[in-house]
Amino acid sequence: MIFVYLFTMFFRIGLFSFGGGLAMLPLIFQSVQDFGMMSAADFSDLVALSQVTPGPIAVNAATFVGLNYAGLPGTVTATVGVCLPSFLLMLIVMKFIERFNDSKGIQGAFIGIRPITVGLIASSVVFVSETVLINGPLISTKLFSSGAEYFNLIPCILFAVTIILVGVFKMRPIRVMILMGIAGAVLCG
Amino acid sequence: MSKMESQEQLKPLQKKNNPEKHPYLSLFWEFFKIGLFTIGGGMAMIPQIQQVVVKDKGWLSEEDMLDCIAVSQAMPGVIAINSATWIGKRIKGVRGALAGTLGVIMPSFLIIILVVTFLGAIGENRWINGAFTGIKAAVCGLILVTVVRLGKQMLKSVFQWILAIGAFLAIGVFGITAIWAILAGAVLGILYNSFQLSRASAKEAEQEADCTADHERAEAAEKQEVGK
Repeated sequence: MIFVYLFTMFFRIGLFSFGGGLAMLPLIFQSVQDFGMMSAADFSDLVALSQVTPGPIAVNAATFVGLNYAGLPGTVTATVGVCLPSFLLMLIVMKFIERFNDSKGIQGAFIGIRPITVGLIASSVVFVSETVLINGPLISTKLFSSGAEYFNLIPCILFAVTIILVGVFKMRPIRVMILMGIAGAVLCG
Repeated sequence: MSKMESQEQLKPLQKKNNPEKHPYLSLFWEFFKIGLFTIGGGMAMIPQIQQVVVKDKGWLSEEDMLDCIAVSQAMPGVIAINSATWIGKRIKGVRGALAGTLGVIMPSFLIIILVVTFLGAIGENRWINGAFTGIKAAVCGLILVTVVRLGKQMLKSVFQWILAIGAFLAIGVFGITAIWAILAGAVLGILYNSFQLSRASAKEAEQEADCTADHERAEAAEKQEVGK
């Protein structure tokens, strides 16, 4: 039955997705192919669609595949399937953390984890910048050798303006994103 | 429609120290907005979460937000859903988690359905591509500003700075998976904490020993005086 298939398939994708984002696309493609549900053309449609729609790629994929193969009930089934592992696992982990919150072990672990997370967030600036601000890896010798053509000029300007608007003028994140979206459509479109 | 309704209902909640009238609706709506602007990867959520969940609503502390991000990254599953579940659960239990999760996935769910139904699959659209380029550039700047703020607030000791810089180099430069950095942080944190605790208890023991020594000396002096 197609709904059982859709549910299991996307439950599996939800369960085994580590890291998120584009790193998940091969996993999604493989799982969907194992169930014989997606052509390469469909897959490239999905990739294109994920690039121009907001939200987690796994959810985009579930909604897209479910809709294509089993209409509205299918899309709900697949989306619930992809979300359920995250939801349940997090509730279990939180229960565990809350129960042992006063233990020296958990407290100590978070003393170490918090600064790591600050570094992790900082490193995500590198990854996002590589998808939009520059052509190629940020930390490389090309940065100096190939000079100006290494940078995408307009995104770099929008990046600098964002920092000023948020850092100096305390503008709210969503407003900045809407503003830069419009600027990007006009200048890069 | 429903967007405007919830906006109207949320307006009175903007006043500080006013208990939330519709906590589930409020959670759903805030995460709906966060989901709508999660463009360019899960980390795009962080500046918005920091603004809304920590600053505007005061739902979580900075520490709790960092814990949420770390656990969401380290656990399997979709990061956006992991963090919505964490924050929702903290604020309003399992039902709150459900409200947050539904909110964060609803935009992508609805947009995909609308696009596939009305446009077929989407082709290259230069306006949309341009807008997304602009938003990704903004996300880059937003994350940078957020991380500077977080660093100023959270990194106070040498130990913390070393961990943060080490994690940045490991993940951002050497491409190590985030989970390993988080696990390493946990282990180092436990070691550091138990070291600090044992040092503190050693100091206490020393002080106690000093106290008892003083006491004994005083007693001995008293005895001598009595003897005289």
